[in-house]
Amino acid sequence: MNLNQTFSVSIKADRLAVGSTLLFKNIDFTLEKNEWTCLLGPSGVGKTSLLRIIAGLVPNIKNVLIRCSDNNPINGRISYMAQDDLLLPWLNVLDNVLIGFRLRSEKADKSKAENLIEMVGLADNVNDLPYKLSGGMRQRVALIRTIMENRPVVLMDEPFSSLDFITRVKMQEMAAELLNDRTVLLITHDPMEALRLGDRIYVLSGRPVEFTKSIIPEGTKPRSITDRQLIKKQASLLMQLSSASNSGSK
Amino acid sequence: MTILKPTFLVLIILTTWQLLVTITNIPAYILPTPTSVIGATISNVDTIWAHAIITFIEMISGLIIGTILGSFSALILCYYQPMRQWLMPILVISQAIPVFALAPILVLWLGYGMISKVAMAVLIIYFPVTAAFFDGLKNTNHGYVDLSHTMGASKRSTLMHIKVPAALPAFASGLRVATAMAPIGAIVGEWVGSSEGLGYLMLHANGRMQIDVMFAALLVLAVMSITLYYTVDASLKRILFWAPEKII
Repeated sequence: MNLNQTFSVSIKADRLAVGSTLLFKNIDFTLEKNEWTCLLGPSGVGKTSLLRIIAGLVPNIKNVLIRCSDNNPINGRISYMAQDDLLLPWLNVLDNVLIGFRLRSEKADKSKAENLIEMVGLADNVNDLPYKLSGGMRQRVALIRTIMENRPVVLMDEPFSSLDFITRVKMQEMAAELLNDRTVLLITHDPMEALRLGDRIYVLSGRPVEFTKSIIPEGTKPRSITDRQLIKKQASLLMQLSSASNSGSK
Repeated sequence: MTILKPTFLVLIILTTWQLLVTITNIPAYILPTPTSVIGATISNVDTIWAHAIITFIEMISGLIIGTILGSFSALILCYYQPMRQWLMPILVISQAIPVFALAPILVLWLGYGMISKVAMAVLIIYFPVTAAFFDGLKNTNHGYVDLSHTMGASKRSTLMHIKVPAALPAFASGLRVATAMAPIGAIVGEWVGSSEGLGYLMLHANGRMQIDVMFAALLVLAVMSITLYYTVDASLKRILFWAPEKII
């Protein structure tokens, strides 16, 4: 996969339902090329459903048009990082990082994987099984596995939410550095995470879901958590999230 | 430490048994003393050994064939979903008819030799292995399957590299149950009709009022079954070293 051939991804649908639930109406949403798009919203609003639809993980979804700006299909051009690290417990760190190659019966670039593992500080753990690793170490392995897939679009579903604050901040910095050249969709509950990493932020609320006007933070990512502007915007985002949450529960 | 507790327990059981016979004066043809059972085991060691080998081969053959057939059925059920509506009723029916009731028919069809006993053991072992392995395959963490899908894996590759390893702890549970049940199949088969094996020896000794020999055969069968169970258990723990202890 050539990462130079990056592209934007647009999602359009008149009505988008999962099962009998109408999630989105007249959705027209774009993941801009080489940008991080963050979706914030209360639990159950439909953020993960949208990500799963883009990833092709929801069967029998009709009436949705997912179009890439280079006019090629999105299939085979995304990588996925979930809230759970999804490390296979029977494989060591290196084999987990290279699982995609094994699944596709392709020759793996072992030295690249080893370099990346070293880069994230896990050189001594290459042969360790996942149960020997801490939560932060496991998510680093999951991040390297995502990078090794070498796909231009990365879909991330609250990948750092289960980590403690310090580890989360470090992981955000690591992800921003390693996935800087990709088109990323990041789903998060954490306004500060969205503000640190997002080039564009949307708050989702209601049923059917409505998108707010995009929020575009200033500066380059990862933005500092001590930035006063960022802290102000976090307060405003929290207010928006709170009212979105209230409107959802009504 | 781990061997100390079971040894102590066995000693308590044997002492209670010995005391019970001595105090109540139960005749030896009803319940022989543990010392006479051990004596009978030693004095009939050649005969018991010859019959034990036969029963052991029947148990192991049944276990291997039953496990292979059970695993294969579980894989088919998982991979070819339309097959479920055909195979599942057969599986349920196979369990609805008591396998013991089939023993005379199996002996009639397959003869008095080893094959009918192996078939009995296979029938008993097949279901727990199939059910446990299929359950494990079906309940693979959806996250793994989703990840595999986004990585462009084929259905077969997902089965072999994700679902099968993920289902191994469940398979191990089924195999443990099957191992504990394997001797039942072989012995019941031997009771219905045979000329060799520990089941045959027990009936033969019973007919001649050699109750101590009967108990000796039972003792050897118990030792054999327990050894087989713990060997399988230890091997599974070794193979599935990555699985949490509470699962395996």
